[in-house]
Amino acid sequence: MIRIVGLEKSFKKLEVLKGVHFEIKPGTITAIIGPNGSGKSTIIKTILGLVKPDKGEIFVKEQKLNGGSSYKKAIGYMPQSARFPENLKLDELIGMIKDLRHNPADCDEELFTQFELEKEFLKPVRTLSGGTRQKVNAYIAFMFNPDILILDEPTAGLDPISSSFLKDKILQEKENGKTIILTSHIMSELEELSEKIVFLLDGKICFEGSADLLRINTGEDKLERSIAQIMKGHA
Amino acid sequence: MDGTAKILKFELQDVLRSKWMILYALFFLLLTEGLFRFGGNQSKVILSLMNIVLIIIPLVSIVFGTMYLYHSREFIELLLSQPIERKKIFWGVYSGLAIPLSAGFVLGVSIPSLMYGIHTSQEAGMMGMLIVAGVFLTFIFVALSFSISIRYEDRLKGLGLSILLWFFFAIMYDGIVLILIYTFGDYPLEKAMIGVSLLNPIDIARTLLLLQFDISALMGYTGAVFHKFFAGWTGMIISVVFLMLWVGIPLFSGQRIFNRKDF
Amino acid sequence: MKDNFGIRLTGFVLLLIFCFGVSQGYSKDLHVKPDGTMRSIKQALLLSNNGDRIIIYAGRYTEGNIIVDKSVSLIGKDNPVIDGEGKGEIFTVTANDVIIDGLIIQNAGISYVQENAGIRLKEIERCIIRNNKLIRNFFAIYLAKSSDCLIENNEIQSAGTTESSSGNGIHLWSCRKITIKDNTITGHRDGIYFEFVKEGNIIGNVSEHNLRYGLHFMFSDSCMYSKNIFRDNSAGVAVMYTKSVTMTGNTFEHNWGPSSYGILLKDISDSEITKNVFIGNSTGLYIEGSIRMKIKNNEFIRNGWAIKLMANSYANIFSENNFIGNSFDVATNSRSNFSTFQGNYWSAYSGYDLDRDGVGDVPFRPVTLFSIITQQQPASLILLRSFFISILDVAEKMIPVLTPETLMDTKPMMRRIL
Repeated sequence: MIRIVGLEKSFKKLEVLKGVHFEIKPGTITAIIGPNGSGKSTIIKTILGLVKPDKGEIFVKEQKLNGGSSYKKAIGYMPQSARFPENLKLDELIGMIKDLRHNPADCDEELFTQFELEKEFLKPVRTLSGGTRQKVNAYIAFMFNPDILILDEPTAGLDPISSSFLKDKILQEKENGKTIILTSHIMSELEELSEKIVFLLDGKICFEGSADLLRINTGEDKLERSIAQIMKGHA
Repeated sequence: MDGTAKILKFELQDVLRSKWMILYALFFLLLTEGLFRFGGNQSKVILSLMNIVLIIIPLVSIVFGTMYLYHSREFIELLLSQPIERKKIFWGVYSGLAIPLSAGFVLGVSIPSLMYGIHTSQEAGMMGMLIVAGVFLTFIFVALSFSISIRYEDRLKGLGLSILLWFFFAIMYDGIVLILIYTFGDYPLEKAMIGVSLLNPIDIARTLLLLQFDISALMGYTGAVFHKFFAGWTGMIISVVFLMLWVGIPLFSGQRIFNRKDF
Repeated sequence: MKDNFGIRLTGFVLLLIFCFGVSQGYSKDLHVKPDGTMRSIKQALLLSNNGDRIIIYAGRYTEGNIIVDKSVSLIGKDNPVIDGEGKGEIFTVTANDVIIDGLIIQNAGISYVQENAGIRLKEIERCIIRNNKLIRNFFAIYLAKSSDCLIENNEIQSAGTTESSSGNGIHLWSCRKITIKDNTITGHRDGIYFEFVKEGNIIGNVSEHNLRYGLHFMFSDSCMYSKNIFRDNSAGVAVMYTKSVTMTGNTFEHNWGPSSYGILLKDISDSEITKNVFIGNSTGLYIEGSIRMKIKNNEFIRNGWAIKLMANSYANIFSENNFIGNSFDVATNSRSNFSTFQGNYWSAYSGYDLDRDGVGDVPFRPVTLFSIITQQQPASLILLRSFFISILDVAEKMIPVLTPETLMDTKPMMRRIL
C-alpha cells in the first residue's frame, strides 16, 4: 500500500532521516515509534506531502509521489494538534472540509455521534477545548472512508471514553480492510493496536516487525522495556 | 468550484469576522467621516487621507499579513493533507486576506465619502485614484508579508523583517533618494528619478496620486522626460504596470517557496 | 430688363450723391451683394460719405487690402466673408467713428516684416468693432495710436503653431480709453496685447489656447481688467512695468508649464488683485519687483505653486485669500520677506482654535522646506507629498532654519472665506 525507498531529509544542517526503507501492507496497522526527534513526524508528513524529501521515493498505492495532490483522496489524516481559523464555527469548518472533498454522499458520521459533536456544532472553533478539537480531528480523518488512515498521536488529549471509542474505530476500520499508520507514546495503546512496529532511532529504522518479535528480540516481556533496551543499546 | 475559490470562501468567512478586520474598516470609516465633518473642504480631506493610505495601509497589510500566515500555519497543514494542490491553497489564503483588507478600506473610505457627495464633486477622480492606490498597496504589502513569513520560520524574525521592510519603503527610501539627488545634482537626473521611484511600491502609488493632485506642479518642472511621463497617460500606465509587477513578483516568489516548503 | 433697371438705379444713386454732395447729417445705406449692382466693398466705400452705412450681404469678398478712410459703418448681413487669401492686410481703418459689425474676416497674410491684421485701426478715435468673426488672421484686431474705441463681442480664432508665424489676437499699441469686452480669442500668439495703453478696460473676455500669453500687458498704467477668463495659455498672463492696474474677478485657469503663470507680475506697483480665481496653474501668481500690491479675496485652488514671491518685492499685502489644495502655497527665493500675509485661509494649516474665534491660535508658515529643496534640486519634485518630506517640513516649521522666519500668516483662518 505504501512503500518508502531510501528516504533522506535534513532540515538545514540537521539530518532527520538518513535513508529509511519500509513497506506497509494493505489492511494492517503499523506504528511508527521512536524517541522525540527521531523522525516520526517527518515520515508522516513526507507521506502526506507536507515535507518534501531530499532523496528517496514514496509510493502510495503503487503510485510514485511527485508533487500531485490527488492521491490524498485516499488518505485520512489526524494531526497531533490543530488550530482552525478562529472565527469559523464548527459546522462551517466541517462543511469546508467536505466541500474540499467535493461533498461525498456517504460520509462516515459515526465518530460525530459517538463524540457528541452535535453540541459543539454551532460554536466558534476558537472556543472549543483541546480535547474537543482532537475529536474534531479524528472525525475529519475518518469522515471520507479513506483507504489509508494516518493518525499522529491519536489518543493524546482525549478522555478515556472517547479514547476507547477511537481505538474501537481504528480496529473496526482495520477489519474493513483499511491501512492504518499511527504514532504513539502510549505503550498500552501500541500493544493493543499495532500489528507491526517500525522503530526509528536517529533517522534510521532500527527495528521493524511485530510487537512480539520486538519482545523476543530484546528478551523483555514488556514492550516499554524492550524499547528502552534498544535505545540504551544505541546510546 | 475551484479549490482556490473554496478556500477563499472560507477564508472570507473567517477573516471578515475577525475583530481586527472590523476595527480596520471602522478606523477608515470614522477617520473619513471625521475628516469630512471637521476638515473643511474635500481637497483637504483627500490629501489627509492620502498620507494615511500611503503609510497605514502598507503597515497594517504587512504586519497583519505576516501574523495571519503564522497564525494559520496549522490550518494550512490541515489543508495540505487534503487533496488540493498547494498552489490553490496559497492563492486561496492570499486572496482570502487581501480581498477583505481591501474591502475594509474601500468601504470605510467610500461610505462617508459618498454620504458627503464626493461622487458628484470635482474631487471624484482624486478619490477614485486614492482608492485604487490603496487597494494596490494592500495587495502588494500582503504579498510581501507572505513572501516573508513563508520564508522565515521564526515568527519574531519574520515580523521584525516585515516592519523593517515597511519602514524602508515608507520612510527611509525617500530619504536615500533625496541624498542621491543632492549628491548627483549636477547630472540630468530625471530618468533615473523616475526609475528609482518605480522601485518602491509606495512611491509608485504616490506618483499615481500626484498625477491627480499635483499635476499642475509637475507640469511646472523643466525637464522633458518628466513632462512626457506625467502628461497624458504614459505615467499612469507605467505606474499601474509597475504596481502590478509589485503584486506579482513577491506573490509568485512566495508561491514558489510555498510549493517547496516543508511544513 | 433687369440690367436696364440696375443701370438706372446706379444712375439714380449717382444723382443722389451729386445732389446732396458731402452734406453732413444725412446718411444713406449702400448695399453690397455678390450678385447685386454693387459687388465690392471698395466700390461702396468709394461711393460713400461720412456717416453712411454699407450693408454687406452674405458671400465671399476677396478685395485685398480695404482702406476705410471715411467715417462709415460696415455692417454684415448673414455673415459675409471677407477673405484676405493670405496676402497682406484686410481692413485698414484710417477714419474716425468707423463701425465694423457682423463680418467674417479671414486669412490676413502672415508676414515677417509687416504686422498684417484683419482689422487695423490707425491713429483714429471712436471706432466700434463688434460681432465679427476673425479667423486665421496673422494679427486679428490691431489698434495703434487710437483712442475711445470699443472692441466688443468678436470671436477671434487662429490655429498658430509657432510664435513667429502667429500674431496677436487683439493688439493695442499706444492707445487710450479702449474698452475690450466679451471677446473670445484662441490660437494666437498673445490673446490680448497691451503696450503703452492708458485707461484701458478689458472686461468679460475669454482668452485661451494662445501660444504665448493670454494677456500681455506692458507699460500700461491705470488699466482695469475684470471678469475675464484666461485659460490654457502656454505662458498664462504677463503684466509688466506698470502701475495702478486693477485686476478683479478674473479666472486664471490651467496654464501649465515651467514658465507658465496665472499672472506674472514684474515691476508692478500700487495695483490691486482682488476676487480672482487661480485654478490649476503651474504657478498661480508670480511676483517679481512689485510693490504696494493689494492681493485680497482671491481663490488659489490646486495650483502647483499658488504664489511665487521674489524677495525684491515689498510692502505687498495678502489678505483674505483662500489657498486650497496647492502643491506649494508660497515659495520664495530668500530668507528675507518684506510682505505681509494676514487672515488668509490655508487648507494646509493644521493648527487649532481653542478660543473659537475662527482664527487659528498658531501662525501658519506657508513656505515649506521642500519648496526650497525643489528650488535647489528641481528633480526632487518627484518626492512631493512623501512622508519623509512631511517629516522634514514639520521639523523646519518648528525651528525655521532655511525658510523665511517672518513670512507667516499670524491670523490664519480656520474656515474657507466665502
